[in-house]
Amino acid sequence: MAAREPGARRMRDRLAERSFLALALSPIALIVGMIAALLLRSRALLEAKPIGDLLFGKIWQPLLGQFGFAPFIVGTLWVTLTTMIIAVPVCVLCALYLSEYSGPKLRGLMKPLLDILAAIPSVVYGVWGLIAIVPFTQSIAVPVFDRLLGFIPLFHSHNPTGFSVFSAGVVLAVMVTPVIIAVTYEVLQTVPQGLREASLAVGATRWQTIKHVLIPKALPGIIAAIVLGFSRAFGETMAVMMVVGNVAQSPTSVFDPAYPLTALIANNYGEMMSIPMYDAALMGAALILLLVVLGFNLIAMLALRQAVRRAV
Amino acid sequence: MKKKFSRRHLEELIFKVLMIGSFVFVVGSLGLILLTVIVEGLPALTWNMLTQTPKGGFYLGKEGGILNAIVGSLYLAGGATFLAMSISIPIVLYLTTYAQRSRRAGVMRLSLDVLWGVPSIVYGAFAFIVMLAIGMRASLLAGVIVLALIEVPIMARAMDEVIRSIPHELREASYALGSTRFETATKVVLRQALPGIVTAVLLAFGRGIGDAAAVLFTAGYTDRMPDGLLRPVASLPLAVFFQLGTPFPEVQQRAYASALVLTILVLIISLGSRVIARRLSKYVVK
Repeated sequence: MAAREPGARRMRDRLAERSFLALALSPIALIVGMIAALLLRSRALLEAKPIGDLLFGKIWQPLLGQFGFAPFIVGTLWVTLTTMIIAVPVCVLCALYLSEYSGPKLRGLMKPLLDILAAIPSVVYGVWGLIAIVPFTQSIAVPVFDRLLGFIPLFHSHNPTGFSVFSAGVVLAVMVTPVIIAVTYEVLQTVPQGLREASLAVGATRWQTIKHVLIPKALPGIIAAIVLGFSRAFGETMAVMMVVGNVAQSPTSVFDPAYPLTALIANNYGEMMSIPMYDAALMGAALILLLVVLGFNLIAMLALRQAVRRAV
Repeated sequence: MKKKFSRRHLEELIFKVLMIGSFVFVVGSLGLILLTVIVEGLPALTWNMLTQTPKGGFYLGKEGGILNAIVGSLYLAGGATFLAMSISIPIVLYLTTYAQRSRRAGVMRLSLDVLWGVPSIVYGAFAFIVMLAIGMRASLLAGVIVLALIEVPIMARAMDEVIRSIPHELREASYALGSTRFETATKVVLRQALPGIVTAVLLAFGRGIGDAAAVLFTAGYTDRMPDGLLRPVASLPLAVFFQLGTPFPEVQQRAYASALVLTILVLIISLGSRVIARRLSKYVVK
């Protein structure tokens, strides 16, 4: 019966505290470990070439030892920015609608729908992009934009396939909606009801209340939601790689193909051990992804906490 | 006076239309995705596809199915979810019971939040480096471990939210009876949070079964059924991806059907978790 004595019970409690603490520290260890491992593996390249040449170099020829990341970084940025331009207005307006206009029934329906959108695997998004979005881009979006806005280089392209920055942007825009809508909605809910009522009481319309009261108040949180969506889009691999074309050239139009960093890693990891420095270069690409996403998420999460704390 | 009045009402109307439009866009996209996958996938979905492994010439359009990938994916995601659960529950109990609102808990939560957004391909690259260092080959075990690492932040933060919403009086009642923090955490808190925990676990399972980028590096691919922890294993997302990569329309059709199977699995998990959570919530003290 020794185990029933208070001493043994207290000891079990202490033991649990210690071992749980060790596990709770593991996420921090994982972050540090990932940065260290990727740095170590890409060190050969970082030592051999100045970092400026790597980040801004335009020539990527692994066989000749040329590793310029610029086309891939630019490709990632094009795709991510296109995604955000499509997704942000839609998501913010949708979250505003759910939070400020819709009834509880619609709200209750939206939660499972967003959960399903978030749960659909990225390869399925890729299949959807391939079947629906790429042909749509090729046969509708490109001709329409070319006729209406073709004089702007941004919308003019000689790329005859639909595999383009635009297609990737559309697919990713749908992929990031659950994150942005859910976080924006949460943030809007933290704005005290009294502020809305005060604004409506002095005769403002609902939209004026949103524009002059809610949005200024919730702005840090909304920006955090957008940043979270941004890093989702930034690191997405499978779906992007299936629709973006994978041509290692900086795009000049949204209808040009691109080659994002994630696709670079996924497409080439097979032969990376057979060419000198190639593995260091690909791990360097992973390091860039990791550092950018960690930085952005850290800022977004701190801003969100601030927003929630201020509201309470 | 009257003109100003109508202008702001016009603005109200315009934005209301835009908002409803955005809402319809989001719901419509979901509908469109499901519709596309069903319409393209259903014709190629046969019984043989679900019950056979790839035979010779499968990727040229000959006989066979994707049973290896279905079973492989279930093994991968099941193993990873089990592993992630045995890491996440202690972490969450530590955060909610021992650390509570301390600064240390804040940093730990932040680390989980930040990890949540790390792209799965980065996990894959990291795992690949570790595997090279210790001389491990692409295998079921490696896939399970890397998927578990991806699932832990998702699962832990979801559980954390649920457990934090449990009324404090419940713990205090347990402490007042003389139980230790450990006993309270395992016997009171975990039971009370059970519906939320099930939801969190299934959410992570769904994420694990759909992941492709990390699995590409760690689990490899094979046309055979999973036959050991240290052997490569097939997975559904990669089955979709590789079949799409062939130039044959018949095989691409099968890729769509495989995507449909994957989508159905994910939908069952997502909807099932709601049903289970609702069933279990009747045992929760309100």
